[in-house]
Amino acid sequence: MLQITDLKKSFKLPDGQRLPVLDVEKFTINDAEQMVLIGESGGGKTTLLHCIAGIMTPDSGSIELDKINLLKLSEAGRDRVRAAKIGYVFQTFNLLPGFTALENVRLGMTFSNRRPDPSRAIELLKRVGLGERLHHKPAALSVGQQQRVAVARALANSPTLLLADEPTANIDPKNQQMIIDLIRKNCEEEKIALMIVTHSMAIAEQFPRVDRLEEINRAYAGVKQSK
Amino acid sequence: MNLLHIAWRNMQQRGFATLLTIFSMALGVALVVLVLSISWTITESFDRNSNVGYNLIVGARGGSLQLVLNSVFYLSKPIEVLPYEDYLDFLPGDERSKEIKRIGGRIANPEAKGEYADKMEGGFAIPICLGDYFGPFRVVGTTPAFFDKLRYGRASDMEYKFSEGRNFVDHSPEHGFFEAVLGSQVAATMNKKVGDSVQTTHGDPEGMGHGEAFTIVGILAPTGTPNDRATFINIEGFYKMDNHARAFVDPAHPDELKVDVRKEPADAPDRLSLEKRDVVAVLVKPANGSFAVFLERPINKTMRMQAVSPISEISGMLEMFVAPVKNALLGLTIVVCVVSAISILVSIYNSMSDRRRDIAVMRALGARRDVVLLVVLLESLLIACIGGAVGWFAGHGIGVACADMVEERTGLQIGFFNTITIYELTLIPGLVLLATLAGIIPAFVAYRTDVSKNLGA
Repeated sequence: MLQITDLKKSFKLPDGQRLPVLDVEKFTINDAEQMVLIGESGGGKTTLLHCIAGIMTPDSGSIELDKINLLKLSEAGRDRVRAAKIGYVFQTFNLLPGFTALENVRLGMTFSNRRPDPSRAIELLKRVGLGERLHHKPAALSVGQQQRVAVARALANSPTLLLADEPTANIDPKNQQMIIDLIRKNCEEEKIALMIVTHSMAIAEQFPRVDRLEEINRAYAGVKQSK
Repeated sequence: MNLLHIAWRNMQQRGFATLLTIFSMALGVALVVLVLSISWTITESFDRNSNVGYNLIVGARGGSLQLVLNSVFYLSKPIEVLPYEDYLDFLPGDERSKEIKRIGGRIANPEAKGEYADKMEGGFAIPICLGDYFGPFRVVGTTPAFFDKLRYGRASDMEYKFSEGRNFVDHSPEHGFFEAVLGSQVAATMNKKVGDSVQTTHGDPEGMGHGEAFTIVGILAPTGTPNDRATFINIEGFYKMDNHARAFVDPAHPDELKVDVRKEPADAPDRLSLEKRDVVAVLVKPANGSFAVFLERPINKTMRMQAVSPISEISGMLEMFVAPVKNALLGLTIVVCVVSAISILVSIYNSMSDRRRDIAVMRALGARRDVVLLVVLLESLLIACIGGAVGWFAGHGIGVACADMVEERTGLQIGFFNTITIYELTLIPGLVLLATLAGIIPAFVAYRTDVSKNLGA
């Protein structure tokens, strides 16, 4: 489903030199597979997710999602693939403050080519336990509820891959497990492949597959050294 | 959820700033509407005044502009006068001899046909005398024909109407020759009504008062012409006042060369005799308007008379005085349009730094660059449209609120829609377009937003 080959990404330093951040020889995720990528902060986890999501352009290599090589697409093409096939849950939720919970979820449907299904947005919010909070704005929701809205939004377009970047990092311990369970359950039900990036071993231990960033990213040591 | 909804939500999120921007836009549009309405009022007022209802003003030789200012607008210093005989030359058919017999006095060739009578057949000539004031307003001595025969308005087809009372008559048993009609503004300013009396002053507003009092028999309904600002008195009464007789002596026809004409019966009212009369101007309208040019040429060849076309003189004045003011007002509206557009640009641009994360989130959810650009443009379009609509209604609303005052001063009736001009129909949509285009710069900032940098974790 996802196949990464020889992916390289570097950033330009103020002195003009380039700092390699990612150097992944091979990385795959199968259909509906659920896995965790574990690694310390600053190791290139988010950069890898951004490259997979087509938000960031790698220097070289290939990222194939459902047999579509993202790096051969134009930026608009990558945007379309992202809208249709990728759900993204952020560490800081990234809900739009001016929009209600329901509107935030519907926003996720707006940019794909599919016909928006308002009833699915309501159903998803009910599924994450926010059926009574459809018209609340993020400021009126607890952090746990906000992240649940973000999960519903990521699922809105029935993606084939859901990327979750430290989804529980800003959530109190009581709600952390609930969010993880919610994500896993929904991905399982809808046969969505799941890639969670975290530095929490407690979360990682629950998944059948756990990859360590330092093992797949050959640039990891260099990046950590530069920090 | 469509893009318009997203733009609307973005506006709501920055509620107060959005309201201020809409207010600024509305203020700009209202100002444009008001400026255009004022411009319309000025032009319309001049247009009405240029259609005076007659083709020629005949007066003594001198400045043509001054003759028009005197006779149409009742402005400027009084000019020289013509003998009453010159007015009689315009009377069609045998009206000249009838008029001579009616008034009595000494006149050359009493039985002759008026010199210009041939070209007047079916038309009319109305004499006016000036020189007196009622308060700050000019007094016009004229005949009842002024209101009976003259028409005003764009097509010179509107009859003079009286909001109160009636037209004065040549002679009434009750008031004799001393009847007056007040223009609407004169009546309002001087607080006069029908039945009150008017005492005029000679020469200037602060001048010496005449002893004779005129009884007000009518108040004109507002016309939007300078007649609203004038007091009209019976010319026969005018002549009967002190110092109004015999200002002109014609060296070509000294009194000894003139013959005494038969007077009316002894019980007829005592009028100032012909040789003692003069007029400031004669308002001439031949039955066929195109004959005016055949009158104008011979008159202008005479030694003492000039004939002026009021329409061309007033059009000249419009070009000379009003057009620059109108252009300045239009220039002002363009400045207002640009300022309004800049206010939208500044408002949205300033909000961009706060909105980079939101834009990055939309991009992360799959929005293409051109989509976020469109959202920001839609936002500026919404602000421009709402501000434009509010300003348009406010501008015309203010116009309607001032309608009574404008009507009182100019006679023009201002409604919500009748002041809409072609300028407005192009400027307001132009302003909305300009304001929308002002969103291009912030929209381009949105377009270029780096998703990865602004997304956070």
